[in-house]
Amino acid sequence: MQPLIQVRGLCKDYPLMDGRSIPVLRDIDLSVMPSDFVAIMGPSGSGKSTFMNILGCLDTATAGDYTLAGRSVATLNHNEQAALRNHLIGFVFQGFNLLQRVSAMDNVALPLLYAGVSRAERRQRALELLRQIGLGEYGAALPNQLSGGQQQRVAIARALINRPPLLLADEPTGNLDTQTSQDIMNIFTQLNREHGITILLVTHELDIARYAQRLVRFLDGRIIHDGEIPA
Amino acid sequence: MRWLAIPAEAWRAIGLNRLRAGLTMLGMVIGVGAVVLMLAVGQGAQATVNQSIASMGSNLFIILSGASSAGGVRIGSGTTPTLTTGDAQALAALPSLNHVAPVTSNNTQLAYGPNNWNTVVFGTTQEYLTVRVWNLESGRPLNASDMRGASRVALLGQTVARNLFGAEDPLGKIVRIKNSPFLVIGLLEVKGQSLDGRDQDDTVIVPVTTAQTKLFGSPFPGAVRFIMAQARSATQMEDAEADITQLLRTRHRIPADMENDFSVRNLSALAETAATSARVLSFMLGAIASVSLLVGGIGIMNIMLVSVTERTREIGIRMAIGARRRDILLQFLLEAVMICTIGGLAGVLLGMGAAWLVSELAAMVVVVSGQAITLAFLFAAGIGVFFGYYPAYKGAVMRPVEALRHE
Repeated sequence: MQPLIQVRGLCKDYPLMDGRSIPVLRDIDLSVMPSDFVAIMGPSGSGKSTFMNILGCLDTATAGDYTLAGRSVATLNHNEQAALRNHLIGFVFQGFNLLQRVSAMDNVALPLLYAGVSRAERRQRALELLRQIGLGEYGAALPNQLSGGQQQRVAIARALINRPPLLLADEPTGNLDTQTSQDIMNIFTQLNREHGITILLVTHELDIARYAQRLVRFLDGRIIHDGEIPA
Repeated sequence: MRWLAIPAEAWRAIGLNRLRAGLTMLGMVIGVGAVVLMLAVGQGAQATVNQSIASMGSNLFIILSGASSAGGVRIGSGTTPTLTTGDAQALAALPSLNHVAPVTSNNTQLAYGPNNWNTVVFGTTQEYLTVRVWNLESGRPLNASDMRGASRVALLGQTVARNLFGAEDPLGKIVRIKNSPFLVIGLLEVKGQSLDGRDQDDTVIVPVTTAQTKLFGSPFPGAVRFIMAQARSATQMEDAEADITQLLRTRHRIPADMENDFSVRNLSALAETAATSARVLSFMLGAIASVSLLVGGIGIMNIMLVSVTERTREIGIRMAIGARRRDILLQFLLEAVMICTIGGLAGVLLGMGAAWLVSELAAMVVVVSGQAITLAFLFAAGIGVFFGYYPAYKGAVMRPVEALRHE
């Protein structure tokens, strides 16, 4: 079986004003199979968020290869990368990143707009998905009328609406309380087990990481552990 | 689908910022309104001038008799009666000229019943009316037998007819000109004001022979005040002027070292000047109004730049879920274009309303042409594209990761 994500020798440098640059990622190798559930941990500044952004085609690597679903991302142009983000990747952020003055339903439906789906179908699919995550009555609500947990569920619905095979979650429970965090993690687990969606999840907390099947630890831009989750 | 959805997104964004969009629009409303109004006023002025020029006739020369001098004091053109009806007949034979009319004129008192009126009586031929493009409203023109017999017949201008006859039909009535009875054989059409503002309808036309022998009298038989001549075409104006000068110098037996005892004036040049100044006026008014349109456009750019900066995070989110650069570009560009076109439409209405007010209150001729409206509207949309493009481009080329990090 072909890996969904194949990373080889990936490096990322941030240029400084004086012409030098600081390396944020050094020579990363990683391979993720379809339906994997991977937790990524590491202290702040260890490069895990940068790594997620590169995986999500939001940022580009300085060197190395990144192959997503058989396509080498570095060779793709802006439009092709946008299409990858639209069709293959669902992104869930710590700060939810919902459009503030747009209803929950329209937020969920937004990726379909850029996929060229008709307005009627967009609304229908968004409502359907909101119902599945238990927010059926909140379609017309604005994000600031929803609780943190509800907002994150709307964000998850938005990430899933285009049925991507890959879900990237950057500290999705960082702003949530323990109970809500558990609810969100249960949704992730369910998506992974029942729908076979590949999930990469950045977290600070080992308790959250335990929902995954595999743990990758970052330190100073390198992977220092890749495998079992310690008990 | 995408092509319909993105305008909808742009429209929604405008709806979310109604006050700001409305104020930005106001700049365009005023700019486009000013352009429409100023073009209407300028074109009105042009139309007025053009009408005056058309009423004067085209490719015209006026040949005035020369200046007299008494003891070294020169008195002015037309003071020496050197031109005659004979000169006019000779000029008429020139191939470069179409029509030639001798004209003599004087201010004279007219009377009909209890009414009397003072006006300019022109003694001339039917050709005078031909070159002036002046038709009869009723009656018959002057003919050759009127000329030969020096008949006491007259054509009345509208102002004269109104003052002497009121509502009565003057045709076939007898008016007294300088106490001589004249039969009214025709009524001239309304001509309106001349370029210098004279009422051209305040006039009476009689045969030139009658004026010379029976009305004004003169110690110089056959003398006329001026001769009006029309060249065959605009391109023959120079040739015609040379022909006229040469012929008259020969007829008047002027030696080569002496000055002309007449002067030839080109009326088309005068008309050209008037038309040019009206065009310049129109252009200047348009240019001034365009400045306000430009200011409105800069307002659009300003607001769109603020909007793009303010919505950087939104741009990042849209990119993260699959918006392409051109989707972002199109959305912001369309916002600017929508604001401009709506403002432009409102501005066209405002400008038309203002033009109507000006014509009503200031009694000015204004011409609101479809061309001017289309121009102003397209200009407004163009400003939307031009001033909206840079902010939209700025938004579109942002890197998703940086846009998302924006607070």
